[in-house]
Amino acid sequence: MYRAHVLVCGGTGCNSGGSKEIIQKLKEELKQHDLQNEISVVETGCHGLCAQGPIMVVYPDAVSYAKVTVNDVAEIVEEHLLKGRVVDRLVYVEQTLDSKVTSLNDTAFYRKQKRVALRNCGVINPDSIDEYIGTDGYEALGKVLTEMTPDEVIQIILDSGLRGRGGAGFPTGLKWRFASGNRGNVQKYVCCNADEGDPGAFMDRSVLEGDPHVVLEAMAIAGYAIGANQGYIYVRAEYPIAVERLRNAIAQAREYGLLGKDIFGTGFDFDIDLRLGAGAFVCGEETALMTSIEGNRGEPRPRPPFPAVKGLFESPTILNNVETYANIPRIILNGAEWFASMGTEKSKGTKVFALGGKINNTGLVEIPMGTTLRTVIDEIGGGIPNGKKFKAAQTGGPSGGCIPAEHFDIPIDYDNLISIGSMMGSGGLIVMDEDNCMVDIAKFFLEFTVDESCGKCTPCRVGTKRMYEILDKITKGQGTMEDIDKLEELAYYIKENALCGLGQTAPNPVLSTLRYFKDEYIAHVKDKKCPAGVCKELLQFIIDPEKCKGCTKCARNCPTGAISGKVKEVHTIDPNKCIKCGACIDNCSFNAIYKK
Amino acid sequence: MEKKTTVPFEGTQEQEMQLRQVIAEMKDEKGALMPIMQKAQDIYGYLPYEVQKIISDEMGVPMEKIYGVATFYSMFNLEPKGKYQISVCLGTACYVKGSGLIFDKLKELLGIDNGQCTPDGKFSLDACRCVGACGLAPVMMINGEVYGKVNVNDLELILAKYE
Repeated sequence: MYRAHVLVCGGTGCNSGGSKEIIQKLKEELKQHDLQNEISVVETGCHGLCAQGPIMVVYPDAVSYAKVTVNDVAEIVEEHLLKGRVVDRLVYVEQTLDSKVTSLNDTAFYRKQKRVALRNCGVINPDSIDEYIGTDGYEALGKVLTEMTPDEVIQIILDSGLRGRGGAGFPTGLKWRFASGNRGNVQKYVCCNADEGDPGAFMDRSVLEGDPHVVLEAMAIAGYAIGANQGYIYVRAEYPIAVERLRNAIAQAREYGLLGKDIFGTGFDFDIDLRLGAGAFVCGEETALMTSIEGNRGEPRPRPPFPAVKGLFESPTILNNVETYANIPRIILNGAEWFASMGTEKSKGTKVFALGGKINNTGLVEIPMGTTLRTVIDEIGGGIPNGKKFKAAQTGGPSGGCIPAEHFDIPIDYDNLISIGSMMGSGGLIVMDEDNCMVDIAKFFLEFTVDESCGKCTPCRVGTKRMYEILDKITKGQGTMEDIDKLEELAYYIKENALCGLGQTAPNPVLSTLRYFKDEYIAHVKDKKCPAGVCKELLQFIIDPEKCKGCTKCARNCPTGAISGKVKEVHTIDPNKCIKCGACIDNCSFNAIYKK
Repeated sequence: MEKKTTVPFEGTQEQEMQLRQVIAEMKDEKGALMPIMQKAQDIYGYLPYEVQKIISDEMGVPMEKIYGVATFYSMFNLEPKGKYQISVCLGTACYVKGSGLIFDKLKELLGIDNGQCTPDGKFSLDACRCVGACGLAPVMMINGEVYGKVNVNDLELILAKYE
């Protein structure tokens, strides 16, 4: 029995902040004070508050330390763990409140959250199957195998209203039912999509790193429901920690007889293999993912036939994303009504978002469906840094769109987001402020799609490239009003004709910025100005004669020799030579240079 | 379809045995091609023609399919990376300060083209986009170490540091 537990976050964010070394040092210090039998050190998954990492939580008093470094460890051990005095200077203090909050659960960041999929993340040791079992793990699988028929399992998932968390929001129960025919007579597969590729999204990574067993358990439940005995998890090779923990979890589950032959003595067989991606975004699309598992170039194929009929190796297959699976065991144990009591009419349960961009609390949050963007950004996210003004939130990555300030109070759910021209997506939520140029953002996402288009169908391969070229023209001040019309026409053409989800949604960032920020496009085209001051070609660097002291520093640092002037006289920039690299602004000691 | 490469293939007997063993263990699994190619890259560091050929012969999979898969995914390398990886910034600021000349001179000195590796496996050369050090233009990096205000005449001296 330990008198205290020290939880150190071992998610990817905190890990790159040095949590491995912290754990190592912590163990050494505890040993030095002969506390190793009294206090346990647990490496957990992601706590969510990545902006404050590395995070350390000391139980039973639940004191949270933020931005811990190796050098703080000795003090924490001596003061807190030995003498019982909290190390005040490291305690996480919420930015929105004056008072010090010593328990993470009391902060505005956590208070409005509801953790279902992330239930165990940051709480248990992901490398220990015993800790997972200790929090009711594999109980749902036991219940399903011993007390329920496969059809009852599908019914409860249907009744819960769970929809796919990968982005499109297809009802999970329905997907399972489509694949459930002819059980026992045909080979079927259960797949997990862990190929999370949207820039700025890391929800699935955190679940895999923090609670890998929940995915295994849910896949086994799905296997029982549709009559499959083999599962595949397709995970990005770029997530080494997640891959390692999954490998370990699968080995443990096999050892405990929770995967393999005759699970719980019921005669049900189910096993899971890992397949690693190799850096192709399109493999997140379901048919491309299956083509890739088969060992081919990851190109999508037309649907129908849908995977439920003809999927992996031409067999009926269901494919769900990581977060979808993370909800399944809870639904089985707590019931469909419990799950359906959270959320909005058509979107039940919770959704995990990865908050990023211009926001104070970057990190991972799980909120009930129907929470407003205002709550997410102002309360949970702690607002926008440096007192800047909110411009838009981008959801759905390269397939999604922007939500402008006018929709700040719209409840977030699948249908509302679609109706305002964005989409739920897998959960990336990037906040943008007045300094972001929306044409530039649209160009950024198009560049991504052009890079990642697999090239199989023409609308996507050629169409997105042409759209990118037009956007490039506009950001360089060479666009015309006809270009904007052409952009829109192309967008609709690609949406209607592309083969797979990647191509069909690729124009969304352009369409939604055109819908809400057309004035910015027009400013680029007509006035040759970038209102946010981002697009370099449209900027001019100017030296303020009032402020310039003639120190010559800017001229000496200008890479192109565009700045001229004598010592102690006002300098000027030759716009024809200036390449807008910003070296002069960085080097001016008098803030005399500005761009407009 | 043999690709021209500047680095002669120097796989060892040991590596080949390792690869053949991996193939023997995995080839009957469904969809084993990609996992085998990933393992092969772990063993050799890249996937040259010779390695692809072994996989093709052992698995009975045509070369064009292996080549197709290898070129589809960005994580498979057909060319090895050097012990010292040189990247030259060809962003605007560096370019106008002559990084193009530096790039050409490096190609000449090393005898390789963009994306290739010297025959002794020592240097590989890549062009990169702006590294955000425009004030130091022209900029090149060797294994992450930044060299600023590089002069064409300095290059031999810089490379000599890595001999």
